[in-house]
Amino acid sequence: MRDVAVIGMGMTKWGELWEKSLRTIFVETALLALDDAGVNRIDSMYVGSMSSGVFVGQEHIASMLADYLGQNPIPSTRVETACASGGLALRLGWMEVASGISDVVLVGGVEKMTDVSGYEATYALSTAADQEYEGYHGITFPGLYALIARAHMEKYGTTREQLAMVAVKNHHNGSMNPLAQFPFKITVEAVLNSVMVADPLRILDCSPITDGAAAAIICPVEMAKEMGKPVIKIIGTGHATDSIALSSRKDITWLEATYQAAKQAYAMADKKPHDIDIIEVHDCFTIAEICVLEALGIVEKGKGGVAAEEGITSLEGKIPVNTSGGLKAKGHPVGATGVAQVVEIVKQLRGEAGDRQIKEARTGMTQNMGGSGGSTVVHIFERE
Amino acid sequence: MDGIVGYGAYIPRNRIKVEEIAKVWGADAPSYKRGLMLEEKSVPSLDQDTITMSVEASKCALKRAGIDPSEIGAVYVGSESHPYAVKPSGTVLAEAIGATPEVHSADFEFACKAGTEGMYVALGLVRAGEIKYGLAVGADTSQGAPGDALEYSAAAGAAAFVFGKEKVVAKALETYSYMTDTPDFWRREYQYYPQHGGRFTGDPAYFKHIMGAAQGIMKKAGVQPSDLDYVIFHQPNGKFPFRVGKMLGFERSQIEPGWLVNRLGNTYSGSSPLGLTATFDISKPGDKILIVSYGSGAGSDAFIFEVTERIDEVRDLAPKTRDILDNNKKYIEYGVYAKFRQKIKMAE
Repeated sequence: MRDVAVIGMGMTKWGELWEKSLRTIFVETALLALDDAGVNRIDSMYVGSMSSGVFVGQEHIASMLADYLGQNPIPSTRVETACASGGLALRLGWMEVASGISDVVLVGGVEKMTDVSGYEATYALSTAADQEYEGYHGITFPGLYALIARAHMEKYGTTREQLAMVAVKNHHNGSMNPLAQFPFKITVEAVLNSVMVADPLRILDCSPITDGAAAAIICPVEMAKEMGKPVIKIIGTGHATDSIALSSRKDITWLEATYQAAKQAYAMADKKPHDIDIIEVHDCFTIAEICVLEALGIVEKGKGGVAAEEGITSLEGKIPVNTSGGLKAKGHPVGATGVAQVVEIVKQLRGEAGDRQIKEARTGMTQNMGGSGGSTVVHIFERE
Repeated sequence: MDGIVGYGAYIPRNRIKVEEIAKVWGADAPSYKRGLMLEEKSVPSLDQDTITMSVEASKCALKRAGIDPSEIGAVYVGSESHPYAVKPSGTVLAEAIGATPEVHSADFEFACKAGTEGMYVALGLVRAGEIKYGLAVGADTSQGAPGDALEYSAAAGAAAFVFGKEKVVAKALETYSYMTDTPDFWRREYQYYPQHGGRFTGDPAYFKHIMGAAQGIMKKAGVQPSDLDYVIFHQPNGKFPFRVGKMLGFERSQIEPGWLVNRLGNTYSGSSPLGLTATFDISKPGDKILIVSYGSGAGSDAFIFEVTERIDEVRDLAPKTRDILDNNKKYIEYGVYAKFRQKIKMAE
């Protein structure tokens, strides 16, 4: 297999982009990535999108987006594994380049979520839960993650304040990200007094509904070197699944798919958790970041909340988590999220992250998760 | 100079508190109160509607105008809750106040700006010399679907204005209108409750059009926010008027006299017109007042008025808006509210 590098990335401002359609958002972002990479062709593309059919009534978007990007007739593939669609798009693109089938591949993600009402968006997202065992009972994602949060609090003594600290940290980071949907700081008090959504989760524990896209260009490392590009190597990749219904899991506070995907990625990269300098994780809810850090082996089981409280995961901490602002502050256009995590890691490893730059960051990791943890994709990157 | 000759207000005495509505739906009352700056809203009784409230407000306007109603050449009612789909509200009003039969009448509908539309046209006809006096009313018994965010604000009230060229209490210095095709809120035929585009009703709708109209009229008149004594914006909730005022460079103190929404609710077509009657009640001769309405669909009408010395003679000839709002209130529970608003399905 060939070594693969990320040589270009692009992302535009996320938010309620009512004046732009799904295709416009994607094409603008993809063009930025193509310019950044400085390539004059792509051989293939993969696009992560969770539910364009429900959100904007458009399926078959792989061909449409290739068309509007001026790339027909190249092969173009849409990837769906709920909120981990973007991460999986990168893994499939990596396979195609590593195997030698293609040289230059565009990996993107897009979701246009604000053209429907909040109720419809909540419904669209809920289709990532088990419709027979969860959906029929009327539960949606805030409720599922609230169950996880309550169980974590009971089992490990995680506090309501610790949950809030995750959101406060991510908003602090996001305040330095001009592309974030909500680039402002919040306080623990503000989180604790915000509107209750599903006890114990309040509105400021939840990632928002967002329109946005992200894109990256990957190619063989040898080719990247010939082009004189800063080489950000993909040194590890992992992908795993779990039951999509919480009720089928032995322990709902434990994200087995994240653990398994990370295990694969660590093994391939020959790294241990303490070798990682920065991580972008899937904080769709504050409790998710806590559970993910435990499953990635960054902290001990049950210590995810303490990590936020002790500042271990802050910009100045031992292992900065979600320097981009995470899903919480940056926004969460579901299909694009996994690729946006790559954009942030590439920015950090190149030293282009501005005020939120982590000094001497060399190894970075992304963890992108679908549903309540039924699918997870993990990647590890290293600057040469 | 042409302008407003008389003005009047009417608000039903029933009130329901935000807590009472939130209790029924299991909603978080403190967050509504804080987020939307709403405390309570007016509720019409079973026998009150846009027409009855228009009559009440118009009678007050006529008392202040001190004119012979038969000299009114136009009667316009702006509302999105006209009691009849076919049959005008204006005919009943014109008959009730004694303005028939030599009178032109029309019912206006443009979501929450139907009231200022009638004002715009009545003033225009007075200016053109087509009529001696014109009466324009903004009135609504607004509908909000049970449990919807709108239910916390949708209220009832009416404001009426007589326009003419003599004995004016407020000279009309400038007018301006600003609109685009922006579908942020609508109710189709045969639907009982309106639908809305959620957060889309904010930036691209309310803020864009109010900003457009306010900036347009100030440019046309060659004035700055500091040249104006008071300003009234449409009041769908408590927060929006202050936010748009700040964006335009107005002080809170310029907005507050006409800001009624926290205890009145959103009276739709009556909203900014009632803010204007409340502001007239406390104004002095020479005060300059800007009013900017907003109607979904979407557009804003703007007027700049200058109060004359006649205000001191007419102010006390009819009930003042804040007095109607603050006195003689009757608090009702949700069950009575549901009955008054005909939300209970009765046996055939």
